[in-house]
Amino acid sequence: MKPFAISAVPIEVAALARALADDRAGACVTFEGWVRNRNEGQPVASLEYEAYALLAESEGEKILAEARERFALTGAVAVHRTGHLRIGELAVWVGVTAEHRGAAFDACRYIIDEAKARLPIWKKEHYAGGTTAWINCATRGEHAGSAPP
Amino acid sequence: MTRVEVQYFAILREQRGVKAESIATAAATVAELYDELRVRHGFTLPGDRVRGAVNDIFVPASHPLREGDRVVFIPPVAGG
Repeated sequence: MKPFAISAVPIEVAALARALADDRAGACVTFEGWVRNRNEGQPVASLEYEAYALLAESEGEKILAEARERFALTGAVAVHRTGHLRIGELAVWVGVTAEHRGAAFDACRYIIDEAKARLPIWKKEHYAGGTTAWINCATRGEHAGSAPP
Repeated sequence: MTRVEVQYFAILREQRGVKAESIATAAATVAELYDELRVRHGFTLPGDRVRGAVNDIFVPASHPLREGDRVVFIPPVAGG
């Protein structure tokens, strides 16, 4: 299994958790990003994710390697979905293990923050009234790959 | 002229109407190529909000184009 993957099919959390199993680990921290029904006050009906998969996977591997370098981890894996997702569906999953909880919490936070800021993945919101919008792609705003707010 | 393969994602794919195309260009750099295509196809994102990747690696805007390169313009990202 690749430590970082882009997946066009639903994320299998149980299999990912099993892959993290490690006798040295005393802590496991996971993060789940879910599709929620509102964004900036607008009711959202569904979300579409598109990825530049080759570059997203290599950049994702880089982020996991950075986390392993910065924090005392025993394992780190992450998966990001593509495709059309319903409200409540799992869009991203990050799991890390470490001997102690401090490193596991910090590394999990690092990975999801960097993933959001750096991976070439785009999100199109579908609104209740049938309109759509690519997030962050209005004519004015932040640069690609800039730090998250 | 340099012939390159351009791949489009997300808002640029929709505005262009295709996922990829082969282009012969006089542009010397990734930034020049984006400016050329932005004018030709009416892309709404200004060049300073798009990052470049060549052959699946992030590159600076000033990166020179070579024959056969695969070029991707990356709109502002929104994963997670």
